[in-house]
Amino acid sequence: MSEKQFNLDTVEHAAQTPETELPWAELGLKENEFEDIKKILGRRPTAAELAMYSVMWSEHCSYKSSKVHLKQFGQKVTDEMKKDLMVGIGENAGVTNIGDGWAVTFKIESHNHPSYVEPYQGAATGVGGIVRDIISMGARPIAVMDPLRFGAIDHPDTARVIGGVVAGIGGYGNSLGLPNVGGEVEFDECYQANPLVNALAVGIMRHEDIRLANASGVGNKVVLFGARTGGDGIGGASVLASESFDDTKPSKRPAVQVGDPFAEKVLIECCLELFKGSVVEGIQDLGAAGISCATSELASNGDGGMHVDLTKVLLRDPTLTPGEILMSESQERMMAVVAPENVARFEEIMNKWGVEYSFLGEVTNTGRLVIEWDGEVIVDVDPKTVAHDGPTYERPYARPQWQDELQANHFSGSAADDSRPRGEELGEAIKAFMASPNMCSKSWITNQYDRYVQGNTALSMPDDSGVVRVDEDTNLGVALATDANARFTYLDPYEGARASLAEAYRNVATVGARPVAVSDCLNFGSPEDPDVMWQFAEAVRGLADGCMELGVPVTGGNVSLYNQTGGKAINPTPVVAMMGVMDDVTRRTPSGWAPEHDGQAIYLLGTTADELDGSEWARFKGHLGGLPPKVDLATEKQLGDMLVNMSRDGMIDAAHDVSAGGLAAALVEACLRFNTGARIGLGEVAERDGLDLFTLLFSESLGRVVVSVPRSEEVRFKDMCTARGFAFARIGVVDASSNALEFQDEVSLDLDELRAAHEGTLASYFGEVAQG
Amino acid sequence: MAESLAAHEVPLVGDFSAPAGPDFSDIRVGVVTFPGTLDDRDAARAVRLAGGTVVELWHDDSNLHNVDAVIIPGGFSYGDYLRAGAIAAKAPVMTSVVAAANASGTSGSSPLPVLGICNGFQILTEAHLLPGSMIKNDHRKFICRDQVLRIDNNTTAFTSGYELGQEIVVPLKNQDGQYVCDQRTLDELEAENRVAFRYVGYNPNGSRNDIAGVTNARGNVVGLMPHPEHAVEPGFGPSSSGFGDVSLRGGADGLGVFTSVLSSLVNAR
Repeated sequence: MSEKQFNLDTVEHAAQTPETELPWAELGLKENEFEDIKKILGRRPTAAELAMYSVMWSEHCSYKSSKVHLKQFGQKVTDEMKKDLMVGIGENAGVTNIGDGWAVTFKIESHNHPSYVEPYQGAATGVGGIVRDIISMGARPIAVMDPLRFGAIDHPDTARVIGGVVAGIGGYGNSLGLPNVGGEVEFDECYQANPLVNALAVGIMRHEDIRLANASGVGNKVVLFGARTGGDGIGGASVLASESFDDTKPSKRPAVQVGDPFAEKVLIECCLELFKGSVVEGIQDLGAAGISCATSELASNGDGGMHVDLTKVLLRDPTLTPGEILMSESQERMMAVVAPENVARFEEIMNKWGVEYSFLGEVTNTGRLVIEWDGEVIVDVDPKTVAHDGPTYERPYARPQWQDELQANHFSGSAADDSRPRGEELGEAIKAFMASPNMCSKSWITNQYDRYVQGNTALSMPDDSGVVRVDEDTNLGVALATDANARFTYLDPYEGARASLAEAYRNVATVGARPVAVSDCLNFGSPEDPDVMWQFAEAVRGLADGCMELGVPVTGGNVSLYNQTGGKAINPTPVVAMMGVMDDVTRRTPSGWAPEHDGQAIYLLGTTADELDGSEWARFKGHLGGLPPKVDLATEKQLGDMLVNMSRDGMIDAAHDVSAGGLAAALVEACLRFNTGARIGLGEVAERDGLDLFTLLFSESLGRVVVSVPRSEEVRFKDMCTARGFAFARIGVVDASSNALEFQDEVSLDLDELRAAHEGTLASYFGEVAQG
Repeated sequence: MAESLAAHEVPLVGDFSAPAGPDFSDIRVGVVTFPGTLDDRDAARAVRLAGGTVVELWHDDSNLHNVDAVIIPGGFSYGDYLRAGAIAAKAPVMTSVVAAANASGTSGSSPLPVLGICNGFQILTEAHLLPGSMIKNDHRKFICRDQVLRIDNNTTAFTSGYELGQEIVVPLKNQDGQYVCDQRTLDELEAENRVAFRYVGYNPNGSRNDIAGVTNARGNVVGLMPHPEHAVEPGFGPSSSGFGDVSLRGGADGLGVFTSVLSSLVNAR
């Protein structure tokens, strides 16, 4: 190892050579940041120190543009909201108490830039990374979900991206034995060169098994285990994730990591065995910024010091320099802190699973992170300055000049609004609409994921939430939904973010779960653009206010900025992941009625207003403008509470949230869920709400759910709605014999024809897969 | 609890704590775990729900711990990086499984019942306990679907509880599920009635003669690509069953695979 082909830049050498030119700009640092580093160290950094600061101070790792806004998530909380929060923002993932001694940890993260550059590996390692975050908390991962956004469905590059991303998520996730229980898919040209690949993972643990990422106990050993360190993913967090794409720069493909799901699966089992035996004091996964991140975060969260010999790192490529080793984002690696008395037990477990490991050093009380290479000190820093004291920017932001014009451009009355079909024409329009890229069935994607493994999946796509059992003895479980309405957020970032939050909340309640915690993945353009920064600031303010109103805390999440190519940013896309708790997952409510529900009454909960701006129908007609629907979180909370009670008391057998595509889409989806028809009459509701039939069918007013109610429960159901003063209307009846969705006095839609239209779209663009 | 329910009401989760019929609790069923095995906990749950006792077997341990039957569950053993099941077929535990499955039966040792599911089926073909092999699905993608199967041989250790010709629904999920073999083997399999499970209505991967699962000549070794262990517990299974009813994840048609082997072992005593 000593005959390295580079000149070792030691701390001593750096102190003696203050004038040496360093490639700080190539590593993504700004000049003022480089000056700050010199000030902190009192000398120029060594090459290795520069590598560490450059990745840890990147936008991706340091949240330097976003943290002044994100702090609202920690401020706008009440004691009541924190009651069940066992671990909050700042750790690898938040942890929520769900009762009976069980705790749940979940988190959503982005892997956007890598998934455009190299779709398969980008998406695969996105799954791998979020799963390791969950293991780091001491939890057994139990499910994953993936909200995905691609460019226009007919753009020639979209097939490359979607094919690679779906195969990558499947190839990695299916090999880990984690059921994929949901997500979302959107096609919009704004994501053409900036697809969004967000990945969520959820894990469970007993309260006593929670592990935190800190290195405590002087003399405890620091060990790196799992895959060997290679040259992949160097600069992934800095030069790839924290800059906009630009045609004039060389391909960033080598900055994408390469995944090995088998290594990760073994790592999961191995870690769970370590936790079970209480063999490790602290643990940290290696993701963005690799060893730089793991050592500096473990050290700064613990007793404050760590001494590491970098030559002990097991390498895939022996020619790597110390700086490259510190920056490498090679996958499937973990770092743990092990007390000396547990070393033998640790080695035994590693050997059982055939996992490679190397002890790199130990915890000290010096307050310094010291890294040696061949006996020479190449890093000597205060770890807090690397992990926590990165720059903070108050980026300028201002309401864009075009916002007023955008909001004045309403759909109603526009040229796109000229056709308001009725009768047979309405029927044809609904069929074409339900076959459109954003309304069509996404089973082409979800059928490439394993939804059964582990045997605890009680609901998955296409229902409103994924529901997974946690305790096999009691049927206690969790429900998860992810939602973002980027079009609403573009029209009004504050209200759009709240609408996304409301939808996720409603989706969880619709299956019968009590919403308890939020994780968010905030996907935006460049923070250096004041327009984008305003969108971001407004969306964060909306989410923080909304969470306070709903009484549900944000437990963690991720920010992805620079989602823009050239000067064009994506629509602001705040993905909200909501987790809910169910005492008995076998009581979950599916999103449609089945033949056994023949004759049940169909009710619409909530009221509809003329709110077609930003709707899927407006998109179908090529329009985006106006103001998003009004958000009333008090109503959402009331609706959610009713749905949970109705589910628990057996008052409803089906429930489907009315959101994208409005009432028309909700009814079509509820019929197609179990291929069971319905007769619908909307005259009275239209009159009550003062709307024409067309607007009633396609408006996307919030706070609405369609339910089917057994005849024996109708009185109780109506009593509950009346007692709570919540608007309800009987709009039809389940008809298992008709095989049709009939809108009385208008049109009857054959379910087979609807299904063919709804399910054929993705295969027609991206090729056949086997029938689901 | 059954008495308290009205006749038309079926509990979403059955009470499996006291399975009806004979007591299987002293039957020991080994479930093998390789690095990369995924469905071992599911297979163990299926054995427990059927009333048997689970014995965990480890890939690196050739001791079968006196089990009465072995299940090789699904997953990606050793990552399946060489060829699905190829490395696992050479593992220490498999050496013992192969020997026990091939036991002559004349010296008092009856042949060990062995079930391979998905990757387990691939391992059994690689270990030459079953003929043929699996290649990539003809559509070349991973597919997860609720699959209708027909029982075409109900004399094996794992199908004896079904009616001949009975249709069942169990989940299918794989990337390399296309069953292939040479023409002579195929003719033999058909002539000797050794196709135990056949895809019905839709062939999801291009398998020859719609073959979903086969048995050896003696009927003690059975392999199939679909996952009966994912259709054993109402509430968490497929949303349909061979009886044609549609109920939310109510399908438990796969349980018969596990009760079959427990029954045949009890009856053999």
